[in-house]
Amino acid sequence: MILSILAATPIAGALILALLPRGTIDHTRAKVVALGVSLITLVLSLVVLAQYEPTSGGYQLTEEHTWIKAFGAHYSVGVNGIAITLVLLTTILVPIVILASFDDRLPDPKGTNAYFAWMLAVEGLALGAFMATDVFLFYVLFEATLIPLYFLIGSFGGPNRSYAAVKFLIYNLVGGLLMLAAIVGLYVVSSRQGDPSYLLSDLKNLDMGQNTERLLFLGFMAAFAIKAPLWPLHTWLPDAAKEATPGTSVLMVSVVDKIGTFGMITWCLNLFPEAADWARPVIITLAVISIIYGALLAIGQDDIRRLIAFTSVSHFGFIILGIFAFTSTSMAGSTLYMFNHGLSTAALFLVTGIMVSRRGSARISDFGGVQKIAPIMSGVVLLAGLSSLSLPGLAPFVSEFLVLAGTFTVSIPAAAVATLGIVLAALYILIMYQRTMTGPLADGAEGVTELQPREIAALTPAIMLIIGLGFFPQPVLNAINPAVDTVVSHIGKSDPTPKTPTPIDGSATESSSNGEGGH
Amino acid sequence: MFDLQWLLIAIPLASGALLLIWGKESDRFGHLIGTAASAASFVLGVVLFANLLGQDSEERSHAVSLFTWIDAGTFHVEMSFVYDQLSALFVLLITGVGTLIHVYSIGYMEHDERRRRFFAFLNLFIAAMLTLVLAGDYLVLFLGWEGVGLASYLLIGFWQHKPTAAAAAKKAFVVNRVGDIGMALAIMLMFTQFGTSAIAAVNAAAPGATGTVTTSLGLLLLLGACGKSAQVPLQSWLLDAMEGPTPVSALIHAATMVTAGVYLVVRSNAIFDASQPARTAVIVVGLVTLLAGAWIGCAKDDIKKALAGSTMSQIGYMMLAAGLGPAGYAFAIFHLITHGFFKANMFLGAGSVMHGMNDDVDMRHYGGLRTMMPVTFATFGLGYLAIIGVPPFAGFWSKDKIIEAAFGENLWVGLAALLGAGVTAFYMTRLMIMTFLSEKRWREDVHPHESPRVMTWPLIALAALSAVGGILLLGDWIVDWLEPVVGHAEHHELAVPAIVLTLIITLVVALGVAAAVLFYRREPIAAETPADSSVSFFARAGRHELYGNELNDAVIVRPTTHLTRFLVWFDGKGIDGFVTGLADRLGDTSQFLRKPQTGYVRSYALTMFAGVVIVVLCLLAVTLA
Repeated sequence: MILSILAATPIAGALILALLPRGTIDHTRAKVVALGVSLITLVLSLVVLAQYEPTSGGYQLTEEHTWIKAFGAHYSVGVNGIAITLVLLTTILVPIVILASFDDRLPDPKGTNAYFAWMLAVEGLALGAFMATDVFLFYVLFEATLIPLYFLIGSFGGPNRSYAAVKFLIYNLVGGLLMLAAIVGLYVVSSRQGDPSYLLSDLKNLDMGQNTERLLFLGFMAAFAIKAPLWPLHTWLPDAAKEATPGTSVLMVSVVDKIGTFGMITWCLNLFPEAADWARPVIITLAVISIIYGALLAIGQDDIRRLIAFTSVSHFGFIILGIFAFTSTSMAGSTLYMFNHGLSTAALFLVTGIMVSRRGSARISDFGGVQKIAPIMSGVVLLAGLSSLSLPGLAPFVSEFLVLAGTFTVSIPAAAVATLGIVLAALYILIMYQRTMTGPLADGAEGVTELQPREIAALTPAIMLIIGLGFFPQPVLNAINPAVDTVVSHIGKSDPTPKTPTPIDGSATESSSNGEGGH
Repeated sequence: MFDLQWLLIAIPLASGALLLIWGKESDRFGHLIGTAASAASFVLGVVLFANLLGQDSEERSHAVSLFTWIDAGTFHVEMSFVYDQLSALFVLLITGVGTLIHVYSIGYMEHDERRRRFFAFLNLFIAAMLTLVLAGDYLVLFLGWEGVGLASYLLIGFWQHKPTAAAAAKKAFVVNRVGDIGMALAIMLMFTQFGTSAIAAVNAAAPGATGTVTTSLGLLLLLGACGKSAQVPLQSWLLDAMEGPTPVSALIHAATMVTAGVYLVVRSNAIFDASQPARTAVIVVGLVTLLAGAWIGCAKDDIKKALAGSTMSQIGYMMLAAGLGPAGYAFAIFHLITHGFFKANMFLGAGSVMHGMNDDVDMRHYGGLRTMMPVTFATFGLGYLAIIGVPPFAGFWSKDKIIEAAFGENLWVGLAALLGAGVTAFYMTRLMIMTFLSEKRWREDVHPHESPRVMTWPLIALAALSAVGGILLLGDWIVDWLEPVVGHAEHHELAVPAIVLTLIITLVVALGVAAAVLFYRREPIAAETPADSSVSFFARAGRHELYGNELNDAVIVRPTTHLTRFLVWFDGKGIDGFVTGLADRLGDTSQFLRKPQTGYVRSYALTMFAGVVIVVLCLLAVTLA
């Protein structure tokens, strides 16, 4: 029951906001209500966490009701280690986003209520998609996230917002339709073998012909590869990120796009293991291209928001690479990467969003020397940037290294080429930092003033998590590991064993004081 | 007792974090907190060292694991540290020289309004560098490795308002990242091959691995070492890094961080012992850098860049020694320590000179400073005698041993190392003459003066260490001390007695000094740098850092820039153009087929969208009914 309440809370909050009378001047009431609802959701997710038993790999806190008997669709929810990680990512990020978006300059201030209502709607639908254990329910929620995002981009963004919103919608609808076809196909296969069912637990053991399986896999994979943009299906993202408000970009890239990579593990691998194995070389190649291509494109951008969008293309490449390397090490890394990328991209989008709004321009060349007048802001930009380039000691490093190390055991070329990304990442971040923050203060950049207390309050939790999880990723990994092991064994793979085992136990140390670390 | 080793790192780390978070009110005393933290770490280092001395040589390795850092799939890494004979020496060097440089910086940075932040970054550097040398796992070492890289980035670019400083900082980080590719791949290979990246376990397993594996590991680690230690071909960042405040150049870019590559090779000795090709590569890199750095040092008029060329060259000596295997490991570390003393000494001396010369770095504007800055001159002089290798100063002992070991390996390697000693004597004498001796060539409004005591005391301490650092070799102490870590060295028989070789080396050094005196004392030194066209090819190439930057630009930077530009075009016109073109074509076709349709993509989208909504509503209706 708790999971349903968790997903319903933000939806209810969205409805309340929509019905609330419009504020006349400052819209404070709507903002406070939105923040309050998102905080309640966060608390509920912590309750879920408290009830969750991390050592088990299966689904917990499950609920199941028949929804449409004729199709075999159920209202069925539950969380495993992967799902709960993404649920927490969502509930942690939304309050941050809402708090950071308080002063967003909207095209029409009268839309404030709707702006925050749509944000809460995204949260509720995304939570539902992460928790759904019935593919039909998942599909409906997955597609439904398009509605609030379409309005968030199309109504509250920059000058070219309608073009970007339509592009976003068409791309994702095309993917969604292909997936719908595959869902119908699943029904056909499933009903031929008895009562139709869309439950993950039933579909996992479905017997399909080789060609059917491959076709259905492609339908799902198309939708997910557009969502978590895989080269060459990525071009909607930079346009959408450029036009959307920073808060919308965070919801889109950090949360909703994760449904794509989440879907690859939960649905593609569980339902179509053999087809996934068949498509694996192509997908690994595309993932490696994404890593390098996204990074090179990021280096070449002059618009900060497009730059961050392309870094995400590169990071999604890492996540997909780790998933399709089919080792428990890399897949655990990919899952953790989803969480960490969510945090670091959120920090980066939000803090640069503040810069952009104060300067009135997102062009990197319109900045310069900001460090001098806004040292805290530039420090946060640098820290968020360093986490984006996976500096050891910050959270994304752990996940990126797990992805690379796991991939290396099965494909040295893929890992080696992907590793080139660490140099390119240093370039795209440090060039951006150099051009915006250092040197003499640029003309017109005088207005980029220091962060306000509210903005610091919004960014602090993300920064603390980025640093904390850099040294102590284990609490999250402990939840992820059993779930990932279940998936890897379901697809019939196992991690390669070391070729020259070491004569002494690597982890053995003569004394172990579990006291407070040096960090 | 040894379980407390993590405190060595935690103290400066906590202090650094505190200084960053604490607001302006700590500006008055922030530098004192920073210095005290470094000093506390040093005191603890001394206590631990004293304890280590009291133990039997077989029991001097103390491992401790604080917590499990990463455990996922088959990958397991402990946040583990090892305090042993090798790391103990580094702890003393880092915290000792580090503390002296903290003290010096109190005076040097006195008028900088961001002094507190400077000390915070110095503290972070100390913490990261200690993590690097105490790490018990290659991934923990990598944490320190990137940590010092970050500190280096922040400190080179400390004066961010200077575009040159910001560019130099970025360059240093990016070039180091190229080396990090090697480090990262080496750790992945260890994990794949041995199932662990714990340093002890990997080195225990290395002799059992195939030659391909050990050679790959050796070459990948060497790539990492080249980046961090500014060895050819990743040397280009070090001279630019002199944009940072001079104490930074002394601590990070002379005494400690840049020697991390040497530490890495020595720490991974089992891997290099198992691979002759990897060792040969280390020797070649060391030799080439040794000569290239010395060449650059001869041609630069900027005092810091001349010293930086010298640093490259001296690290080349250490690399060379490390490449010689068990015969050279101990001497590599020995030279690393003595170099830490005398080069930090000379960099701080250069800072003291700049302090008195309105931050001018051009030696052509110096001259005759001997009388104006007696303490700086005397201490710098001791560093000078140590680096060129005049007996009995520190550098004499350590360099002599390396050249001797080089001759034991191969005649040509020995001769090249010997040549380097002569060139070192030449460029250092040139630097001494141009700065302290020769006639005054000061600019207007320059009033050279001695630096305050807070700056000269560290100089005196480091000068003393430069003078007596050789005692580490007394009775072969350092060789015996490190033997449990780096292995026993077979003694090579030389063709000539060692004492004859020492005499030859001293003679070559004397020749280098004489050549410089002849060159720079004969006629007055020009107060302006002569034009490129009026100097020899050798001087011209040296000034341009042997065209390393030009080479990088041509081979890497420009092609990458062009590729990026092309891809930006391709992404917009190629991929996106194809997709939008397809959408337009669809629009055209449907317009032709059915006039009533508007042809706007937007309306299609909304139609599809409405369709989906209707489907969903129907389904809901079915259920509810």
